[in-house]
Amino acid sequence: MDWQGQKHSEFLMQILLVVFAVVAFAVGYAIESFQMMMLIYASGVFLTALITVPNWPFFNRHPLKWLDPSEADRHPKPQATAAASKKKASKQK
Amino acid sequence: MHSFVYRLNTLVTFAAVILAVLCGAASFLDAFNSPSVRAHAEVIKFNRFRKQLSGNDEVSLTLNISMDLRSLFTWNTKQVFVFLAAEYETSKNSLNQISLWDYIIPDKDHAKFQAQVANKYPLIDQGSNLRGKKVEFVLHWHVMPWTGRMIEGKMAVSNFYLPEAYT
Repeated sequence: MDWQGQKHSEFLMQILLVVFAVVAFAVGYAIESFQMMMLIYASGVFLTALITVPNWPFFNRHPLKWLDPSEADRHPKPQATAAASKKKASKQK
Repeated sequence: MHSFVYRLNTLVTFAAVILAVLCGAASFLDAFNSPSVRAHAEVIKFNRFRKQLSGNDEVSLTLNISMDLRSLFTWNTKQVFVFLAAEYETSKNSLNQISLWDYIIPDKDHAKFQAQVANKYPLIDQGSNLRGKKVEFVLHWHVMPWTGRMIEGKMAVSNFYLPEAYT
């Protein structure tokens, strides 16, 4: 997922879980069935997991722009030999 | 939100916390239930009234019990445990409570009934004080919920006097 996708996923997860909990409580209280409340909430948790946890493509609509390989070549990493010659100079003193 | 396992962990934790809140809310609403229980119990006959070899009195009786406990049931009630206690006073103990009969009521449909039963558990005194004793029947109930606090209650039902002599 990209950064936007992660934000959307977290937001969706929180909203969906709370909504399912409220609906489950209301329905369970109205029809006087504790079992129904648990059933609705459990299926809500499962559904939310299905929507928000896997890396779906709609979470990747703002893909990150990584640096071009050719641009990276122009700024090479510093070499280890330069550090070794510096040490030799200070020791001789 | 950086990996599948991270998101799964967040979801499971949040779902568990919300579940705890749901159960707390369901149990909280139970406190607003104001029940009205009706019950009646009377002794039909004394099957046996004797003094055991140990010196303790023992009574066996046949009871006629009827009750209506439907108002105790809420949506959060798993079962109601009800028992009938015989209470009396002696010189040794200011209060003796002996359970004579109990029953588990699984749902509201079974909560209103009438039964004629012999006592499940014998009425045995600590000593030999029961002749001519005044005994009170008290119905106790424990409302056991699916989640949360168990609620207890009781109601005095009737009085009776034991025979003056052993049968």
